[in-house]
Amino acid sequence: MIAFFLIIVPLAAGLLSFFMKEEKAVKRFAFLASLASLAVSVLGLTTLNTDSYLTFSAPWMSSLGSSFSLKLDGMGQVLCLLTAVAYPLVLGGSWQASYKKPNQFFGLMLLAQAGLMGVFLASDALLFYFFWELALVPMYFLASQWGGERRISVTFKFFVYTFLGSVLMLIGILYIHSQTADHSFSLASFYKVQIPGRTQLWVFWLFFAAFAVKMPVFPFHTWQPETYEQAPTATTMILSGVMVKMGLLGLIRWLMPVLPIASYQWGDTVMIMAVIGIIYASLIAIRQDDLKRLIAYSSIAHLGLMCAAVFSENTSAAQGVMIQLFNHGVNIIGLWIIVEIIERRYGTRKISELGGLAQQAPVMATFFVIIALANIALPLTNGFAGEFLMFNGLLQAQSKFYLLFTVLAGLGIILAAVYTLNMIRKTFYGEAVSLKAPVTDLKLNEKLVLGVIVVIILWLGIHPQSLLGVTDSFAKDWVNKIDISYLFRK
Amino acid sequence: MNALIISAVLGVVMMFSGILLKQKTAVRNVAIAGILLLLIVNILEMNGTTFFKIDTQGMILFDPFALLFNTVVFAAVLLYLLLSSDSMEKVGVYYAEYFALIFFILCGVTLVTSFKSLLILFLGIEIISIPLYILTGSDKRNLKSNEASLKYFLLGTFSTGLMLMGIALLYGARGTFSTVVNPMVTATPNILLLGGLSLLLFSMAFKVSAAPFHFWTPDVYDGAPTVFTSFMATIVKVVAFAGFVRLFDDAFEAQQPQWRIWVAVITAVTLFIGNITAVFQQSVKRMLAYSSIAQAGFMLFALYAMNADGKEGLLIYTAAYCAATIGIFAVLARMTDYTFDGFNGLAKAEPLVAGALTVFLLSLAGIPLTAGFMAKFYMLKAALATPGSSWLVVFAVLMAVVSVYYYFRVIQAMYFKSPAETAHPSFPAFFKWVLGILAALVILLGLFPELLLGRLYF
Repeated sequence: MIAFFLIIVPLAAGLLSFFMKEEKAVKRFAFLASLASLAVSVLGLTTLNTDSYLTFSAPWMSSLGSSFSLKLDGMGQVLCLLTAVAYPLVLGGSWQASYKKPNQFFGLMLLAQAGLMGVFLASDALLFYFFWELALVPMYFLASQWGGERRISVTFKFFVYTFLGSVLMLIGILYIHSQTADHSFSLASFYKVQIPGRTQLWVFWLFFAAFAVKMPVFPFHTWQPETYEQAPTATTMILSGVMVKMGLLGLIRWLMPVLPIASYQWGDTVMIMAVIGIIYASLIAIRQDDLKRLIAYSSIAHLGLMCAAVFSENTSAAQGVMIQLFNHGVNIIGLWIIVEIIERRYGTRKISELGGLAQQAPVMATFFVIIALANIALPLTNGFAGEFLMFNGLLQAQSKFYLLFTVLAGLGIILAAVYTLNMIRKTFYGEAVSLKAPVTDLKLNEKLVLGVIVVIILWLGIHPQSLLGVTDSFAKDWVNKIDISYLFRK
Repeated sequence: MNALIISAVLGVVMMFSGILLKQKTAVRNVAIAGILLLLIVNILEMNGTTFFKIDTQGMILFDPFALLFNTVVFAAVLLYLLLSSDSMEKVGVYYAEYFALIFFILCGVTLVTSFKSLLILFLGIEIISIPLYILTGSDKRNLKSNEASLKYFLLGTFSTGLMLMGIALLYGARGTFSTVVNPMVTATPNILLLGGLSLLLFSMAFKVSAAPFHFWTPDVYDGAPTVFTSFMATIVKVVAFAGFVRLFDDAFEAQQPQWRIWVAVITAVTLFIGNITAVFQQSVKRMLAYSSIAQAGFMLFALYAMNADGKEGLLIYTAAYCAATIGIFAVLARMTDYTFDGFNGLAKAEPLVAGALTVFLLSLAGIPLTAGFMAKFYMLKAALATPGSSWLVVFAVLMAVVSVYYYFRVIQAMYFKSPAETAHPSFPAFFKWVLGILAALVILLGLFPELLLGRLYF
């Protein structure tokens, strides 16, 4: 039932929001609904953490071999918790922002949440595909209606890219469905299918196209910086914090265990793409003047590292990815909140036009520094545990070039430090630049939201075990599923 | 059998209603009551109640597929009349005659979905075509309408000629008009049989406007009065498909290896030309004409695959495509400006109409949660069951991505662009209600396709 409520709460709340008139009321309602989802998600982690609560199944399109079945496994727990945590943070952090047609804005935001939860929970391929698209459509409308100047063409590019990926995935799903023994779309049947190695090699790309666009991995990333820049900030937070995780979830749950041979065979290719992405995005991030674009490129680099870690196919890397899924989401939302505050107060997000904000806004500066340091994975912050495990995993990867990949990915960390510290220095320290608006410090709601984020950062930095414990058995299980060493033993 | 006879009678009734009833609303109500009656008697026949027992010597067979298909088509016509019948008033003065012609077309429809003999197929196609030539040219003062009608007539009769020739050759090869084939006779494909097969393939491809036989479509659809374009692009087109699939399923199953590759090529070319050309259109009406070619490409998968999934797919495609296209055309017929810019800011003025249009457009583009997705899904599933068709499937979905471009242009205009100077027309409340119900149906069918398909195997 927990699994069902995680979807139905935001879905019902989203639909109800459309019928509300007053801006204040709908804002409060959406915030309360997001808290309710959070409560459900926490219940699923704690008191109701038993199989009967975490799975849900109802008949649906049985003649096609599909059912409405949901399952909350270790990775699902982490990602649903992330989604549930992200929404109150995003809505609370941008409380001052005002939107035209607020009922539609908040309605679509909550519908997107329902779609995201569905993607993370679905254990039926057709249902997964449904939610995969359902998460996309509200995002498209949000970004095109409330975005910046070039929103229409930019978000359309985003839509077409992701749609192209997902229809190719649909062919992949249909193909594997046709190979299952019981003609079913269920995840369990997909895991049982034995597809010959040669076929796996091309079916792999049908799935990977969808996931690579979503993450995004170099060279499928071109939609991403522009979309992040043009979308309204609250939408960008959900896009970058939560939605990109759909791609990784797809890899981990729907691609690699189903096509283990191809995943092994193409592992090097994907890791090369990921590593190029890390270096390339980091170098571009160094040159950026726009805060939003800088964070967008840094996100490509981080996701590239996670993608490389997934393909190193061992428990350590898997565990690192699991907690980094959560950490990256929280950290990047924190960064966006501060960027949004800066943009709303000072009317610009150009680094060259900002400077010396720390003198006038010391609290904001403190928060920003902590979050930025978590973003470059300093010890004692949440990012450290995740990246440490991922690098540990990369060093154990079966690839012949594992050392090269590790070194290059490590270079990405150094570059991340360069652009992040540079950004802090130029915006918060140095000479104060005269700005249009008087510089004031944070409001109460902003302090609360950033405070929560910092607490999460420090708590998971000191005690990562609290999250690692959730995904422990899932990661071990997963590594067993993708293990193809039995093929070599013959 | 119920629908066949009653539709012919209703055609005559409608002709007289024009003389007896003075008010246009009365005529309209009679027509709507008529189609409702047709729908009911057809559903009764699905449940086993037949009013007429006529021995057709096995030339006509109302099997479950034919009956269910007719039900879907009649339901589509009902919605079409509810939404668009008052737009017909704008076309010309002979209001009742338009309804009479539509009922005669429906009589042809029942023949084309149920034939077991080539003669009946020919008869059905002609009963559909001749009233259509008239409807295309019904806006007599408009040169474009006249031109479209003449073009349609000339090319239509040409393809009918090909069809007759094909039927003659087949008669020569098999010695019977029946499509129920005696396997002994057809064991060896000879030149007569293959010649007849290809002529029938070409003429049917013309009727469903598959490339490279599609050239008449944009001009005729554009020139005809918009209300009748809607009828032609939806109901007539899907019925031609039903006939196409029925003919090849019955008569040419044994020759499948010979014709499958040709159907694959026609499918690919149709998808390519329809989608790519639609991208460049400036008028929504012409865009819909090309989009109907593109959608025909997807429907051809039913013919290509020729399996149970393909037939189910054709059924749900019919429902999805008709619902969405009739809805869009009904709005278009009331608009004053047919360009994309004419839709600018419609969401602000008419949120409900814009919302319903969005559902229809998403359905045509094949986004999940709409019937259009399930339709494409069944078609792709059917095609993938045929070995060696991965290239065609991949090509088709790439073209589906292209289609997003032109469907979304309308959505972008409605939601994200500021309103045009000219005011949008006002829509009657009843119209909005029907449109809303239609959009709800599209979503319902997208969630539970078995509501429709389950009727096929009860």
